[in-house]
Amino acid sequence: MKKSAQTTAKLLPLLAVLFFILLWDAGVRYYNTPAWILPSPGQVIKSVFTIHELLLMHTATTLLEAGLGLLLAMLLAVLIAVLMDSIYWLKQALYPLVIISQTIPLIVLTVLFVIWFGFGMLPKILVVILVCFFPILISLINGLESVDDDQIQLFRSMGAGRLAITKMVKIPAALPSFFSGLRISATYSIMGAIIGEWMGAEKGLGYFMTLAQKGYQVDQVLAAVLVICLLSLLIVKIVDLMEYIFIPWNRWQMKG
Amino acid sequence: MKIEVNQISKSLGGMHTLDEVSLNLNQGEFVVLIGPSGCGKSTLFNIIAGLIEPDQGSISIDGQDWTGKTGRISYMQQKDLLLPSRNILDNVSIPLVLKGMSKKAAREQAVAFLKDFGLEGFGNYYPRQLSGGMRQRAALLRTYLQASDILLLDEPFAALDAISRRSMQIWLKELSARYTASVLFITHDIEESLLLADRIYLFTARPARVKMEIDLQNKDYDQMERLQLKEEILVILEEENRTQD
Repeated sequence: MKKSAQTTAKLLPLLAVLFFILLWDAGVRYYNTPAWILPSPGQVIKSVFTIHELLLMHTATTLLEAGLGLLLAMLLAVLIAVLMDSIYWLKQALYPLVIISQTIPLIVLTVLFVIWFGFGMLPKILVVILVCFFPILISLINGLESVDDDQIQLFRSMGAGRLAITKMVKIPAALPSFFSGLRISATYSIMGAIIGEWMGAEKGLGYFMTLAQKGYQVDQVLAAVLVICLLSLLIVKIVDLMEYIFIPWNRWQMKG
Repeated sequence: MKIEVNQISKSLGGMHTLDEVSLNLNQGEFVVLIGPSGCGKSTLFNIIAGLIEPDQGSISIDGQDWTGKTGRISYMQQKDLLLPSRNILDNVSIPLVLKGMSKKAAREQAVAFLKDFGLEGFGNYYPRQLSGGMRQRAALLRTYLQASDILLLDEPFAALDAISRRSMQIWLKELSARYTASVLFITHDIEESLLLADRIYLFTARPARVKMEIDLQNKDYDQMERLQLKEEILVILEEENRTQD
């Protein structure tokens, strides 16, 4: 009974996707939509295969930008979160700034980055960092704050200093929320790189899509979108795996 | 004398919490502090552990002044406060690691106690895999490894169900006798205090003062006298509770 319920839960989203694709296919056939407006799913899949070499090349660039950006964003967020947590006035000073950094329209920044840093990889990586930094930082700060005061008092009474308390108590306690922030950032990372490339680049999936779109090759645009979706899922899965490895104590369910 | 609490007064957040509290704990003695809940007994423990500075008065442990200094004794609360990220063995050996012992040496020292604390074979389990009673025993072992001669226990069994509480009380009584530890134990459960104590300090409502000291050690109370004593304590506590409201 339980097992079949689990299988159904896994099967349902697949069925929903399948249903959507069939609907799309039927619609395109029924209205006879020209391919430069909306190609059929079959055509999109076909173009993934015909242009796979081109896609692979651009994917490599995008993946590098997204991965590098996400990694740097993570390091930066961890550093700043730990500093903000241990120095009270720093938190007071920086918190509003962090929020403000998220209110600037990304498109504007992307254009500015191109003006400042040119068409290379750097401006894209900066966009990715900017997008990914925030969710990680906020969730990490919340995680560090969530520690029970009594827990900290206990460690103090055992003679632990601030450093030992951060290392032994706070960081492990913050790991679960750190990973939920990282998961959100992971989904944003590819998107950030694409937006960066869209505004001016020489390589990458975003750049490729601007070219394809200008030539009304919608099947190629959608082929790139398909790749982007798969990439984002892949990165999220990697984060899930890391969480599984780094938080072994959450693997077991409570007994009794 | 293991612990001497000398004329401690403390106001917290404008509230007069402790008023010239003096008490002592002798070598190998089991002393219970009982009083209305919220009367400031936990604040007293924070002061004895050195986490809070008293406004007035001093704490001496083994004849040395420990007022406002941490690291000598820690205390155990209703919450086990075990780190979910560490297994039981690593949790209980934390005090040893904090004292500068290597992880390996700390584990080796701690593992010898698992059996006596009813945790044999559970060293590699994470806290969330264990029952409430086992987690409390692990928390007690951690407290014991912090300072094996003095145990400060703040309503350690209050969160347990009646049956596990009863068996934990009996187990603790035996353990403290065998390990000749001096125990200071907070509770508001009269039954518990009569079962465990060599001596009882009865506290007033806030600001907490020592209202009465009852020595159970040298007297052999029979059933009837025990009931009378229980009734007597109950009446005092009820009276104190009323003044607090």
